[in-house]
Order: sequence, then C-alpha cells, then structure tokens
Amino acid sequence: MTATNSEAVLPAQGIEAPRSGRVDPKYLRSKTTSGSFEMAAWVFMRVSGIALVVLIFVHLWVNLMVGDGIHQVDFGFVAGKWANPVWQFWDLTMLWLAMLHGTNGMRTIINDYAEKDSTRLWLKSILYIGSTVIIILGTMVIFTFEPCLLDSTTGEPLPRAVCPN
Amino acid sequence: MSTPTQDVAEPASKVDLAQSSGGGGEIPSFDITLKVRRYDPEFSDEARWDEWTLTMYGTDRVLDALHKVKWEIDGSLTFRRSCAHGICGSDAMRINGRNRLACKTLLKDLDTSKPITVEPIKGLPVEKDLIVDMEPFFQSYREIMPFLVNNSPAPTAERLQSPEDRERFDDTTKCILCAACTSSCPVFWTDGQYFGPAAIVNAHRFIFDSRDDAGDMRLEVLNDKEGVWRCRTTFNCSDACPRGIEVTKAIQEVKTAILTRAM
Ligand code: HEM
Ligand code: SF4
Ligand code: FES
Repeated sequence: MTATNSEAVLPAQGIEAPRSGRVDPKYLRSKTTSGSFEMAAWVFMRVSGIALVVLIFVHLWVNLMVGDGIHQVDFGFVAGKWANPVWQFWDLTMLWLAMLHGTNGMRTIINDYAEKDSTRLWLKSILYIGSTVIIILGTMVIFTFEPCLLDSTTGEPLPRAVCPN
Repeated sequence: MSTPTQDVAEPASKVDLAQSSGGGGEIPSFDITLKVRRYDPEFSDEARWDEWTLTMYGTDRVLDALHKVKWEIDGSLTFRRSCAHGICGSDAMRINGRNRLACKTLLKDLDTSKPITVEPIKGLPVEKDLIVDMEPFFQSYREIMPFLVNNSPAPTAERLQSPEDRERFDDTTKCILCAACTSSCPVFWTDGQYFGPAAIVNAHRFIFDSRDDAGDMRLEVLNDKEGVWRCRTTFNCSDACPRGIEVTKAIQEVKTAILTRAM
C-alpha cells in the first residue's frame, strides 16, 4: 500500500476503526485461533507440488525408462537402489512430501464435504492415523531394508535375495 | 449526398433479419420455452419446475420473458429486479446453469431450440421462487469493512490521488454486489462459511486504495480460516461477473498481499 497520506499520519482521531486488533472472540468466525496455519498450508501445497513434479518424474524415468525399463523392476532392483544413500534420501523425501501433500489435500476435501462436525472429526482422525502409519512404516522400510533375506529353516538366501558374496 | 450502396448502409436492425420478415426496423420474433424453478413454502416444501411457451422478440432479455409471465400469465412468479439495466445488481440468477443478470442476458444469445432454465442462485437459502436470502452474503461484505478508513485529519478539499494510484484498484470499484460470483463458487456452496469472491473483491477495492489506512486489518480479516486460502482458483467467479471484473485475479492479489505482509 503506497499510502500517499502516510507521511501525514497523525494519532488516530476519535473512534478507532473496528477490528483494530482487539476483537471480541464472539464476533470471530472460527473459535480456534489457527494463526496463519491456512496460509502455511496453502504455501506448502505449492512448494511441495513443485518438488513432487521433479521427484516423481525422475523416479518414473529411472525406474521405467532407463536400462531394461519396466522389466528390470524386481526385489534386486529395489535393493540396488536403496544401497545408494542418494536414492534412500530421494525416496524418503518423495514419501514424506507426497504423504503430507496428499493428507493436506484430503483435509481440504473433508473440510468441504463433511456436513456434521462429528463426521468431520471421524474422517480426519482416520486420515491422520492412516497417514501417520504409512509415513512411519515407509520410513522404516527405507532405513531398515534388508537385501539379503535368508530362509528361516535352511539359512540359505531366498531366490531373489541380494547377498554380499 | 450520394446514394449509399447496399453494403455500406447501416442495417436497420443489428439482428439478422429473415428475408421474409419485411422491411427494415421490424424485429424478428421467435418462440421460446421458459422453464423456471418454483418454490413457495406457503404451499409446498417441494420445489418444482414450471414451463411456459412465449413469443419473444430479438431485443428481449430473460428479464422481459419473466415480466411477460408475471404480468400476463402467472402473477405469483417472484423475482427481484429494480433498475432492469445492469446497475443495481438485484436480478442475478442461474440461467441455463450459469450465473447471469436476467436484465443483461438477451434471449437471442441463448439456445432457443431448448427450454431456457432459470433457477435461483445457489448456496443461499431460497425464500420464494427466484428470491434468495442475501443476508449471509452481506454479512461477509460488512466484515471486510467496505468503507474508507483514514486516520489523518480530513483535508479542506478532497483527498488527492494520482491517476496511477487510482488505476491500481479500478477494476474492483465496478462491483454492483449482485452475488453472481459468490453464488457460483463451489467452495461457497459447501457450507456457506467462506467469505466468498464478492467480499474479497470489495476488500481489494480498499486494500489497494492509497488513501485507505485499514488495509492491514482487512488482510487480517481475510487471513481467516474461511478467508482467501479457501479459494481453489476455479475461475467460476470471473466467469460469472456481469461487470467483467477479474475476480480471481483480485483474490490472488489479496493472497499475495497477505503473504508479503507475513514475510
Ligand atoms: C505431481 C506433482 C503435484 C503437483 C504439482 C501438485 C499440486 C497441487 C496443488 C497446487 C494443490 C492445491 C490446489 C488448490 O489449493 O487449489 C494440490 C492439491 C491436492 N493434491 Fe497435489 N500435486 C502433486 C502431486 C500430488 C500427489 C502425488 C498426491 C497424492 C498423494 C496429491 C494429492 C492432492 C490432493 C488430494 C489435493 C487436494 C485437492 C483439492 O484441493 O481439491 N497431489 N496439488
Ligand atoms: S464481483 Fe461481479 S459478480 Fe461479484 S458481486 Fe461484484 S459485480 Fe457481482
Ligand atoms: S435489475 Fe438491476 S441489475 Fe438487473
């Protein structure tokens, strides 16, 4: 706001303008003072969206186009990728961003369509629990991935296991 | 004066005239089917469709068709209109599924081979036929403080402003508060809590006015959970606005202003 009058601003005259800071909570639309949460969520959707374009398309290209293409994808291929910290980090970022982006998108949709507060609470609870479980499980898989799976009875490596030797 | 040739002469009517329609100046007429969503809670809780076949003219608007029904066929048909010339903003309705002013929509521009449907605007409680309760709409409008707030002493003459500063918010001064935009917004349809495009347009008109001192407060109001961040950029509002205001752009400018202020 390029206020032409800004040089001349004097102490406010007479009655202060409405909403000049202290608003009686009973006049506010939402009880919860979410601060700028909605703004942060809006920015996050755009930033994560841009990041996801790069993450997802490189992921698809490397998995499906390079080398033998789709036919190369098996246990060994995944094991090979996750032996490299770059791909571990890549997949971890993709997992977190896609999950948080998707969860926030679903939160928006639930806010739109749920008519009753109780329905909204239920749907969001299921959403947040589901997302948390998937993020935790996914993160654990990336970091605790065991490429050399052994048969529990014979102690021999399983058919597609990738073992050092 | 030389005799004007047939091609350069201004046609008597801008409407395409059929060869058989006689001399210039005669307005062609055509038949339309007008299909109106009716609701009268005094008789029934159910809404219904009524249809009339009317003979209308090339210069007639949807409003004229509604008048013809109300004045000549069914006086109980209820709708709002004051100016009948696109100024007062009282006759926004859903015409063939799009929000339009009945007084600015020419029948000849619609597909007259099919029934022309007229419904009340969506998202606001219907009171009778095409009349909706506008109070929720004006509630949001009042909340953004649609008046000049200036803390410096009033000058003896007017508060001067450069043409460039005036231009900054010119587009949003054109609003006639018809609610066509807000009631075309799918986010507003969901629960009617969203401030809606019209409130943001009218906030924009003051936020970007160099003479106004309450821009910060309006940005704060619109940073609400039900404020600008609910906008999903569907452009329905820009499409609906009978004044051609770039509504979505104005909303985006308010979003940017809130963001820059926060950073
Ligand atoms: C490929 C890159 C992606 C980009 C550029 C992108 C971009 C966006 C943007 C900008 C929004 C906000 C729309 C708005 O507020 O109007 C959005 C919403 C959404 N996104 Fe994404 N996204 C991408 C990938 C994904 C993925 C992988 C998922 C699922 C995990 C997803 C799920 C959603 C959902 C559910 C919404 C909410 C839809 C709505 O608001 O109606 N997106 N996306
Ligand atoms: S912005 Fe346009 S559509 Fe919206 S209320 Fe104003 S004139 Fe009507
Ligand atoms: S009757 Fe006034 S705008 Fe249409």
